[in-house]
Amino acid sequence: MTAISTTTPVVEVTPAARPATYVLSKGEKRFIGLQLLVAVAALSIGSLFGPLQALEFSGLTIGGRDIYALFQPLLASYYQGLTLHGVLNALIWTTFFITGFFNLTVTYGLRRPLAMPKLNWLGFIVMTVGLLTAAVPILLNEASVLYTFYPPLQASWAFYVGLVFVVVGSWIQGYGFYITYYRWRKDNPDVRTPLMAFGSLITMVMWQISTLGIAVEILTQLLPWSLNLLPGVDPQLDRTYFWFTGHPLVYFWLLPAYVSWYAMLPKQAGGKLFSDSLARFSFWMFLVLSTPLGFHHQFTDPGVPTIWKTIHAVLTYAVAFPSLLTAFTVVASLEYAGRQRGGKGLLGWIPKLPWRDVSVTPQILAGVLFIFGGIGGITNASYNINLVVHNTSWVPGHFHLTVASATTLSFMGIAYWLVPHLTHRTLWAPKLALAQAWIWFIGMVIFSNGMHTLGLLGAPRRTPLGIAPYVPANWEPRLLQTAIGGSILFLGAYLFITILVVTVLRKPAPAAAVPEIPEAQSIQDPQLTPQWLDRWAPWLTIAILLIILVYGPNLLYQITNMQNTSPGFRLW
Amino acid sequence: MTTPTPQNPEPSVHIDPYERGWMVAAILMLVVFAIAVAIASYSLGIQLPAPEARVDPNTITTSGPFANPGLRELAPGRYEAYIVAHGQGWYFNPREISVPAGSEVTFYVTSADVQHGFKLEGTNVNMMIIPGQVSTLTRRFDKPGEYHWVCHEYCGTGHAAMYGTLTVTP
Ligand code: HEM
Ligand SMILES: [Cu+2]
Ligand SMILES: [Cu+2]
Repeated sequence: MTAISTTTPVVEVTPAARPATYVLSKGEKRFIGLQLLVAVAALSIGSLFGPLQALEFSGLTIGGRDIYALFQPLLASYYQGLTLHGVLNALIWTTFFITGFFNLTVTYGLRRPLAMPKLNWLGFIVMTVGLLTAAVPILLNEASVLYTFYPPLQASWAFYVGLVFVVVGSWIQGYGFYITYYRWRKDNPDVRTPLMAFGSLITMVMWQISTLGIAVEILTQLLPWSLNLLPGVDPQLDRTYFWFTGHPLVYFWLLPAYVSWYAMLPKQAGGKLFSDSLARFSFWMFLVLSTPLGFHHQFTDPGVPTIWKTIHAVLTYAVAFPSLLTAFTVVASLEYAGRQRGGKGLLGWIPKLPWRDVSVTPQILAGVLFIFGGIGGITNASYNINLVVHNTSWVPGHFHLTVASATTLSFMGIAYWLVPHLTHRTLWAPKLALAQAWIWFIGMVIFSNGMHTLGLLGAPRRTPLGIAPYVPANWEPRLLQTAIGGSILFLGAYLFITILVVTVLRKPAPAAAVPEIPEAQSIQDPQLTPQWLDRWAPWLTIAILLIILVYGPNLLYQITNMQNTSPGFRLW
Repeated sequence: MTTPTPQNPEPSVHIDPYERGWMVAAILMLVVFAIAVAIASYSLGIQLPAPEARVDPNTITTSGPFANPGLRELAPGRYEAYIVAHGQGWYFNPREISVPAGSEVTFYVTSADVQHGFKLEGTNVNMMIIPGQVSTLTRRFDKPGEYHWVCHEYCGTGHAAMYGTLTVTP
């Protein structure tokens, strides 16, 4: 299907023939739906452990026994649960949701089917095989290494193979998107890439560059070592590899939410995108800046020289800039929507926003929580302050505002229109869905405030504090607060899952009752956005050069001084 | 491309005045933060663990400075504390050290097996303990009392029990 007949050589202010819509085929809907199904299934299992962890903090015992004792032999320890929680929620729920969602944003954005749908299927199958391969050792308690799998704690080889498959599968899906884009570009040389496809493609490319870190870590160190082909590994080098991927990972989680906030939410709220050019500029900045700042996770690592830590800290401030731009554009777009709906005065547009819309409200609340997530992020990056909070429960407090709110709550809002759209159902109990978003929001405020405060008081993360011998009395109220917030969150997670399941089981609804794909228009015609904001070569070049410049020297130093002296340990 | 006309304007980045203001403010804010960090690190002498020495985790308990861990007095009021984190058994060796108030202590910490953490309560002494590396920070203790240092990196099922105590005597 060729969208546009490019006969006129003039710069078209409005490309003449962009089809008004694109109807996803049954097969396309099924494919996207399947990816969401895996995502939600992962969330439903991963979320089981969240409240357990939070309750454990409060020192809850049942019949004089630690709560985890009740789950034996199904669950061997707090750490088997925490591994499941981190892997399933942070890695699987996100990745499968994102690849599924991008199938929609790329095809709908470009108004054409995938160029090679079988390639994307292959990617999905590889991802799923990877998930199952990694799940076996985790469930057998042979991979209780948490989702960061720091060596020399050594998981079964199947865990590492599974992770590689999940990543490579997502790359393959990415190739499917690039080929589709490439064909579209040939047919539409002068047209600005539709924003929802544009943001998705950049996210995917950023992901492919940054996941090289863990690919190299696993393939050159962890996998041969777990197969006894390598006697030892260099744990400091492996941390550097890991965080090469680990920081951009957070943008891989975040940018799909930005795609929705920029390219969909304004329409859902009844307005338009405030600035197309700056939206594009932000995405390019993320491509350029997401990767070369991973040392901000290693401020307290002994093996990284201070100068590189400083450089990465400064670049971390730089990457805050596109997020601040996003904040402006999203709020301005919402303000425009509120004013279109009759809002007057300085803040009068806020109550006029469609707060009863089950998809809009979760996304706005996600954005609000992300303000605090962002402030915390800048705090973490300030490396002198990082000494106060590093590896304390401040950190999980922080990323439950980002990945478990900005991302997860946005995805929930997206799912509330997307799942009905894909399955031709109307959403079950929309009022309950609205309440669910507020429950998540309130639970998160309580939970993350508790976790942040505990961190400032010195509580370590990744620790069942209920049984730690050194807990002073002034942590107790905060531990309880965390348990309460965590329980509310759990309710929120399971309400979400229940609403989706019941929705899917409903009878098909008439087409008119099923939500359409929201695509926001921009106030300024995207064709007026300069072409340099829609060209890959300059940005990709800068991104790669910057990575070489600020990662190259120290990475090279660490590789050439590699000492593979650490044998594997299984201390769980 | 053709020459732009009113119906066919030249593409350009259109920036709303408010947005421009916001961008300037955002950049200024981030620059101020960066300067504040720089000042704090260089003038207040805030230090991070930095490359100190490589060791072989397989032999540290038998040779080198970590073979006899513990406190060493360099001069009156100046100490070095050599500490080894053990994941097999989940303990720090030594578990306790004691210095008089007003002492300056340089911590040298490494691991005999897996990764650990070292965070000294109420202070900025916060380090990753990585096998093969020595983590070091220096800190002065003026207020008498008991300070716990806790392991803050997952190191196996006994991780929650892993801590040590620094006593500052009057
Ligand atoms: C259902 C509600 C949830 C609750 C009550 C909850 C609670 C917790 C708690 C208490 C911890 C800290 C454990 C520790 O440091 O010892 C934790 C860790 C974590 N959570 Fe959640 N969580 C929830 C949902 C989520 C979601 C939706 C995500 C991601 C999408 C997520 C991602 C993580 C990650 C990545 C960790 C860190 C694991 C590690 O340190 O290895 N959580 N969670
Ligand atoms: Cu980061
Ligand atoms: Cu530990």
